[in-house]
Amino acid sequence: MDIVGNVLPQVLKDEATEDKGEMARLQSFVGAIAVADLVKTTLGPKGMDKILKPTGPGQEMSHITVTNDGATILRSMYVENPAAKILIEISKTQDEEVGDGTTTVAVLAGELLREGEKLIQKRIHPQHVIAGWRIARDVALKRLREISTENDINSQEFHDDLVKIARTTLSSKLITSDRDYFADLCVNAVLRLKGSSNLDYIQIIKLPGGTIRDSYLDDGFILKKQITIGCKTRIENAKILVANTAMDYDKIKIYGTKVKVNSMDKVAEIEAAEKEKMKHKVDKILKYQPTVFVNRQLIYNYPEQLLADAGITVIEHADFEGMERVAAATGAEILSTFDAPERSEQILGHCDLIEEIMIGEEKMIKFSGCKKNEACTIVLRGASTHILDEVDRSIHDALCVLITTVKNRRVVWGGGNSEMQMAAACEEEAKKVQGKQAFAIEAFGRALRQIPTIICDNGGYDSAELIQNFKVELQKGNLTYGLNMTDGTIGNMSELGVKECLRVKEQALLAASEAAELIMRVDNIVKCAPRKRERA
Amino acid sequence: MSLAFDDYGRPYIILREQGSKKRMKGLEAYKSNILAAKAIANTLSSSLGPKGMDKMLVSPDGDVSVTNDGATIVEKMEIQHPTAKLLVELSQSQDAEIGDGTTGVVVLAGKLLEQALTLLDKGIHPLKISDGFDRACDVAIKHLETISEEIDIQANEHEALIQAACTALGSKVVSKRKRELGKIAVTAVLDVADLNRKDVNLDLIKIQTKTGGSVEDTRLISGILIDKDMSHPQMVKEVNDAKICLLTCPFEPPKPKTKHNINISSAEDYKKLYQQEQQYFVDMVKLVKDSGANIALCQWGFDDEANHLLLQNNLPAVRWVSGTDVELIAMATGARIIPRFQEITPEKLGKAGSVKEVQFGTSNERMLVIENCQCTKAVTILIRGGSQMIVDEAKRSIHDAICVIRNLIKDNRIVYGGGSAELACAIQVLQYADEVSSVEQYAIRSFADALEGIPSCLADNCGLNPITSVAQAKARQLQENNHRIGIDCMELGTTDMKEQRIYETLSSKKQQIQLATQVVKMILKIDDVIAPDDY
Repeated sequence: MDIVGNVLPQVLKDEATEDKGEMARLQSFVGAIAVADLVKTTLGPKGMDKILKPTGPGQEMSHITVTNDGATILRSMYVENPAAKILIEISKTQDEEVGDGTTTVAVLAGELLREGEKLIQKRIHPQHVIAGWRIARDVALKRLREISTENDINSQEFHDDLVKIARTTLSSKLITSDRDYFADLCVNAVLRLKGSSNLDYIQIIKLPGGTIRDSYLDDGFILKKQITIGCKTRIENAKILVANTAMDYDKIKIYGTKVKVNSMDKVAEIEAAEKEKMKHKVDKILKYQPTVFVNRQLIYNYPEQLLADAGITVIEHADFEGMERVAAATGAEILSTFDAPERSEQILGHCDLIEEIMIGEEKMIKFSGCKKNEACTIVLRGASTHILDEVDRSIHDALCVLITTVKNRRVVWGGGNSEMQMAAACEEEAKKVQGKQAFAIEAFGRALRQIPTIICDNGGYDSAELIQNFKVELQKGNLTYGLNMTDGTIGNMSELGVKECLRVKEQALLAASEAAELIMRVDNIVKCAPRKRERA
Repeated sequence: MSLAFDDYGRPYIILREQGSKKRMKGLEAYKSNILAAKAIANTLSSSLGPKGMDKMLVSPDGDVSVTNDGATIVEKMEIQHPTAKLLVELSQSQDAEIGDGTTGVVVLAGKLLEQALTLLDKGIHPLKISDGFDRACDVAIKHLETISEEIDIQANEHEALIQAACTALGSKVVSKRKRELGKIAVTAVLDVADLNRKDVNLDLIKIQTKTGGSVEDTRLISGILIDKDMSHPQMVKEVNDAKICLLTCPFEPPKPKTKHNINISSAEDYKKLYQQEQQYFVDMVKLVKDSGANIALCQWGFDDEANHLLLQNNLPAVRWVSGTDVELIAMATGARIIPRFQEITPEKLGKAGSVKEVQFGTSNERMLVIENCQCTKAVTILIRGGSQMIVDEAKRSIHDAICVIRNLIKDNRIVYGGGSAELACAIQVLQYADEVSSVEQYAIRSFADALEGIPSCLADNCGLNPITSVAQAKARQLQENNHRIGIDCMELGTTDMKEQRIYETLSSKKQQIQLATQVVKMILKIDDVIAPDDY
């Protein structure tokens, strides 16, 4: 019914709903803030972890995940609120783009909306709030770039920066007690890449057993496969042929082929021809004179035996990724046809030593001294698969941040320093702006300041006092100060060595403000009738 | 329900299964139709103008999109009411014809229907109303043409075009970067425009989206961007002076469409067949290589062996290129699309300055850029943004801006925005109404009121008092005889839209008024609705 009392005809489909104005806004604020509050407690070095447990029929016994990583938490959640989905979306983008700060971005967007809600209650039009936020965002971004510093890529300082950044990133994770160890490990791995941003070269292998401390960086490349029984398990100066070819039974790919024979002899003949064909293929492979043959696909006994007879070590069933990495690391070409043995020099990969090693209780193949020395492997050990998964995510975050830093090279002080400085910049700007937008600019500053506040709260410290003291220190001109989360005091970040990557902060700021703006602009939510699904 | 009887008193069946059908007649039908259509218009009205709000739409599968674009909103609302669907089509035809003003047209139709409802209550016959609207529409269109101004699109580095693009982008979520995006859109359109024929083929502008970064990172690539990478990880990542072979046949043994069987009955046959298969691959690659091509783009897949042969022959290749991309590349590089390997000849190859793979972010996503094409008439706008929703909305916004610029190139006459054109027309229509002696007079007057509804809606959305600001603007238009006075939505301190440089194309405005009137006339002609009961 409309205001006058006319009965309105039904315009939308049966189960569709439409919320307008305040109702719509309320709905999106509540959803977005709820999501932000959910991941809020994982923020900072003293943040807590979450257990993610799949539900639904048949899922009761399935694998659970324990994690501190915002993107992982948000990705696994099933939410219906559309605004909440937007927050999850930006967290995912943050993960893809820079790899870290996934919690920060969701929390910041949530805090912005919390502030926005207050402004709307004060009867400030959403468009004015957005106008203010845009000014504030530019000011904050400018300040953030101003306070960042850059070091030469080859200098010792830059190396130190990287270690510090890795430490900062890792400090909020499960492995915080061993962060120095892992920080070094990650930095060494990233520096091997020599500026390339291809994470593929760094392989992470997870093996339950031992303690986290037993994890190590191996300068070779480790393939989680076994060498076929009967072959040599240690090859020096290996020449490697990497292939992606059918070595089980080689079907002829011409469409519509059928074998039709009328006597047993013919069957035997065809079988022989088939065998002949395989032998022919093996012969062609042999012409390349490799000492190791790696195939992506299955290898049947017959060709395997032929190859083994020729003294070639055979590795079968290497998955596609593993094979690509072997090829990249050893400088091999991935072959599917074998008609150009004269190019053997260029095609074969090379490494000094291939051997079968035992890590824990599993046999693996290690390629060391590869042609392209960029590849390396991080072997993670730990008491349970849950721990290993979480360590893997943490290491992945750290590696992403380091790679981003290597590309961008600019760093800022951590411990909430950058957020506090941006907040200060917003507040200064608010004093200069005429009109209602000033409230929104102030609010933006407050939302930024919430990040260090939440970090304090998560650590169980008196956030109100700490943040005020922090403000005073900055006002005094101590621009390198930040939160010391071990002692619960304000300390000099340059002494504590807490640094963060500018790019991560930048992206978090931009994505969070864009998302908040997107949600703020909505005044109408139309939900279509859900598609009917047949229950399987 | 109507029931008829024959001479013997037996009932005729007029409507099959009459009992299970809903039927509305006469005034009841008019009112129900108008209310349904108005409901849609009301939803859209808060999206109108630079301070308009967005709508959040949740699809049946739970996907969220946030948008300000009228055509997209009504499309995704999944409307089921038959009359309301007419408005959906209205918005979409404006989108197809003009590309911009999709919200305005629905809002105007809503205002017209609102007026029609009061006229119906007065007891005026619907056909008289629609007649009056029709005559008023003609007057308004004529007046629009007299107040329109020609602009020089070349002057001052296409400043006028950029301003028009900015007007179109002003209401969207990307408005903070409207100037930059406007420039990108203008450059893109001018790159592909045929200024002699005054035509723009919008197919030549490809809009590619990629989440990550920020809206500021959106840029124009003077070439084509394809979301694909080389078929083999070890192929060269960059080809200069590319000679492109564009194929629509797979690198696989042929699959004739006729059903057939090949029977192998002896070992010789088997061997022969195998050799033939091998030969296929060699021949295919050889044919491509011999033509002088140094990169092959294929719409279909590759067999592993063929893929490797390509690598071995130093011939980078891309598989699964989409059909639209294939056509675009053909247009840009001057390549002929080759459906069979046997037909590859050097003349059919396309040429481009470079083809290279670029990488984004930490995830290993790569795209292929084809730059400096032989016939450079294709560009790509790469849109970046914090999330999928922002990127999607930016794409729709840029599409609107591009359409506006194209319309200006086709027809460089503009009218001023901010509701000023509607007000000027309303004044004109009102004057005309007094000259009409028949019942239509009332309808014509109501048409003028409906036109005033647009500026009043704009003012409402900007937080101004709609009645006061429209009254003021109207008075000033009459006093100063200045048709450029509108609503100051951006609070810039002036109501003269020429000073604010709010341009809208004449074609878009004309189309809006015409289409809205047509739909309203159509709705007014419906006096009987018969539908299945459960509909």
